[in-house]
Amino acid sequence: MLRFIVRRLLQVIPTLLLLSVLVFAWLRSLPGGPATALLGERATPERVEELNRILGLDQPIWTQYLRFLGRVLTGDFGTSSITGEPVLTEIGRAMPATIELSVAALAIAVALGIPLGYLAASYRGRPLDVSVVVVTLVGVSVPVFFLGYVLRDFFAVDLGLLPPSGRTSVGIDATSVTGFAVLDGLLTREFDASWDALTHLVLPAVTLATIPLAVITRITRASVLDVVGSDFVRTANSKGLAPGTIRGRHVLRNALLPVSTTIGLQTGLLLGGAVLTERVFVWGGIGTLLADSITLRDYPRLQALLLLGALVYVLVNLLVDLSYAVIDPRVRLS
Amino acid sequence: MSAPLLSVRDLRVTFRRRGEPDTVAVDGVSFDVDAGQVVGLVGESGCGKSVTSMAITRLLPTRGVRVEGSVLMDGEDLLRLPESQMRARRGKDLSMVFQDPLTSLNPVVPIGVQVTEVLRRHRGMDKAAARTEAAELLERVGIPDPTRRLDSYPHQLSGGMRQRALIAIALACRPRLLIADEPTTALDVTIQAQILELLAELVRETGAALVMITHDLGVVAGLCEKVNVLYGGRIVERAGRHELFSAPRHPYTDGLLRSVPRLDAEPGSALEAIRGSVVDNLPWDSACAFAPRCPRADELCREATPPVEVSDDGAGRLARCHHPVPAVPTMTGGAA
Amino acid sequence: MTAPTTPSTSGQRRFRRKSERIDDLAAGRSLSAEALRRLRRDPVALTGAAIIGVFVLVSLAAPLLAPHGATETFPELQENLRPGQIPGPQPGFPLGSDQLGRDFLSRMLLAARQTLLVGVMATLIGLSIGMVIGVLAGAFGGWVDTVLMRVTDVMLAIPSLLLAISVAALAANPSQTTVIIAVAVVSVPIFARLLRGSMLAQREADHVVAATALGVKRPAVVLRHMLPNAIGPVIVQATLTLATAILDAAALSFLGLGDADPGRAEWGLMLAQAQSYLEVRPALAFFPAIAIIVVALGFTLLGESLREAIDPKGRR
Repeated sequence: MLRFIVRRLLQVIPTLLLLSVLVFAWLRSLPGGPATALLGERATPERVEELNRILGLDQPIWTQYLRFLGRVLTGDFGTSSITGEPVLTEIGRAMPATIELSVAALAIAVALGIPLGYLAASYRGRPLDVSVVVVTLVGVSVPVFFLGYVLRDFFAVDLGLLPPSGRTSVGIDATSVTGFAVLDGLLTREFDASWDALTHLVLPAVTLATIPLAVITRITRASVLDVVGSDFVRTANSKGLAPGTIRGRHVLRNALLPVSTTIGLQTGLLLGGAVLTERVFVWGGIGTLLADSITLRDYPRLQALLLLGALVYVLVNLLVDLSYAVIDPRVRLS
Repeated sequence: MSAPLLSVRDLRVTFRRRGEPDTVAVDGVSFDVDAGQVVGLVGESGCGKSVTSMAITRLLPTRGVRVEGSVLMDGEDLLRLPESQMRARRGKDLSMVFQDPLTSLNPVVPIGVQVTEVLRRHRGMDKAAARTEAAELLERVGIPDPTRRLDSYPHQLSGGMRQRALIAIALACRPRLLIADEPTTALDVTIQAQILELLAELVRETGAALVMITHDLGVVAGLCEKVNVLYGGRIVERAGRHELFSAPRHPYTDGLLRSVPRLDAEPGSALEAIRGSVVDNLPWDSACAFAPRCPRADELCREATPPVEVSDDGAGRLARCHHPVPAVPTMTGGAA
Repeated sequence: MTAPTTPSTSGQRRFRRKSERIDDLAAGRSLSAEALRRLRRDPVALTGAAIIGVFVLVSLAAPLLAPHGATETFPELQENLRPGQIPGPQPGFPLGSDQLGRDFLSRMLLAARQTLLVGVMATLIGLSIGMVIGVLAGAFGGWVDTVLMRVTDVMLAIPSLLLAISVAALAANPSQTTVIIAVAVVSVPIFARLLRGSMLAQREADHVVAATALGVKRPAVVLRHMLPNAIGPVIVQATLTLATAILDAAALSFLGLGDADPGRAEWGLMLAQAQSYLEVRPALAFFPAIAIIVVALGFTLLGESLREAIDPKGRR
């Protein structure tokens, strides 16, 4: 077990190092060179010259990379070329919004996807199963941002049931504790603020949940079908166990193992989807930051977001692997 | 004579797949098992022996499979019981041991739980009592250090140990009928004998009847009182063990016996094999399925369903053949 | 040193990372005659193929079908409208016009061709680069394999849209080419992994060992004996990639990284541009969106049924 954890941790290091090389190379190939990219296109030649010297662009490439790595490792991602604020501060401020949105979306996807996949598998080949499969295939074919617009226009604009954008309504003055709006309201007992934040969260979370939901449903279905046909489920049946015991202890416990890895992989999709969803719903999180950086060509921010995005993805998958080792005795005990 | 424990009558299993013609895997099989008796069901892969056992215990999928006939146990037709009542009997009155002990055990649940869950379900034991009983069961099947093993996972046990655990599970509620489907095929040869010995000992001790499904005549010779030979979904020969080995009537049985290496054979003499394979089979409705592979077959065998020759010798001896092997054995001298 | 990944066989379900899932697919069988026969009776595959067929036909015949040009404007349509209004359906213009007074139907039809072009080019580029990397890694093994696979691992570690964004952001002026390249880059590591897995699975295969033993030279063994057998999984992945490529391209356009040429008619681009006119004329977003969904669904349906046809495990 310990060896597994250590080995898995060690595997992450070369990946992250190589990632830093790629990002470094990316930064160097930005239009106009890194200095222009970092300062913005309107920078004076003198400032570019100066920054080139500061960045050590006159140094050999090897030295440049090591300096870059040193800065990254100490958390120095530079300042935004638009706002002039340290990038890390901006990211830190936007982070809770995105985490809130992603967690909500993932919760929806898992809470619906697993039962739906199980249900489809139990009615394999029947109309219910066929429609679930078709809906999941359509689900992954819909552009996320279009779905966002459709949901917003229908539920918020036409029906007026939910707020169309933002995280809180104007006039709600919530105390910020954690930065997670729904949680803050509960902590400070400002329940109306909590409720308000929750209504704002529904549409973006549903939008962001669609693709992970479709994927989790399909993997669960396939996995359950795989397990139901296995020898040990036949054994469980031959023991005359109660259907509930067979379902829970024998089918689900095995079927959910591959599903848990899939959930880890979804974080990548969530990060991408968040960029699109946040833009539709003016959410003001990391995704908005990223979309703005693209429009405004704010490369220091882009670079930091790229690194962080990959880092989060790698770490989440590491966590999933480790938790997998805890759930599966074959990994844990070998 | 009292009624048999299990009485299978005209069992027919048809697999139906959309867009493909139906396949009849078991084609009118009938046989009896008396209480405490050890009966063999022998044949090569694809002859329908496993499907027969799964049909008896109703473990076949319900979709795309049609099961006809009757399976009487205690005067009740198992095929017509509601699913809930069948569940209550499985693992209690009749249980099964399967071929591959690794895949037949749940990989993520400790062995102990896999034993206790059946005790708690059918014998209503509480957690502690079931655990004590489970340890005793594991000890009984020859698993060393049973209390510690309760917390082991299947992958931590050897193949032989896993099969012992499966046997412990199957016999946990002292069923009156145990069906063992190729229980030794996946094991090392040295372990095979141990497991067979254990099975024989346990059924003798608990008084359970045993249906032994195998392709291995060696297993039959050592264990079974009565043997049913299956070919192409039908029983082609039935006899007591001694009669079957000393005087096989069906050419298929004869061929099986001849293809077993023997110590008393002439050194250098070639081992005989049954030519062809099951894919050559003819339909039983208009021929003898075995005809294309049979050394004794003639035109008649390819044109007419063979008659069933029944001789009453107590074991319900039966042979389904146009040209049975003459009663005096051609080669073998004494009983095996 | 990377041990050759043995393609996992059924029964043993351990945890798998993304890269290992791709290896799994690589172990799938080739598209046999048997698989093709089954596909011809599979309603899912047929639906997918029909959608793709119509899509390709429309793309090819678009210039003949479209009543007007993609950049042709009709100011007379807007004469009786208040400023900001967009003309709806009327004689000669069944779908009305777009925000710049161009015939919307013609643009929808002509956009099919551009969308197909983006999807196919991105997939082909991703496939070619991925194939070279995968074949080199799989055929040579050793440090070549280790280095190449580490790089693909890192590429897979970057969330795909983020990767596409960062590549697209490299261009000073976004164009169709940058979109194609950005989308292609995302699929490179997938194809590379796939081909490497297939090469590794075959290295020990009898026909390859036999060819080598008969003195066939290494490149010839790889090209003539190993590569053809990898074709099945590659076709599956390429079909699925076509769907994601079209969707990713739309996402890039939405984020302002699409083709800057205002005359260009491409569904993703049109959908992205329509977001400013949702209140005025939702049809401008609706039609390209439906077109994208249907086409992506077509490729996904065909891809998934192809995968089932070649994957012995998927066949139940």
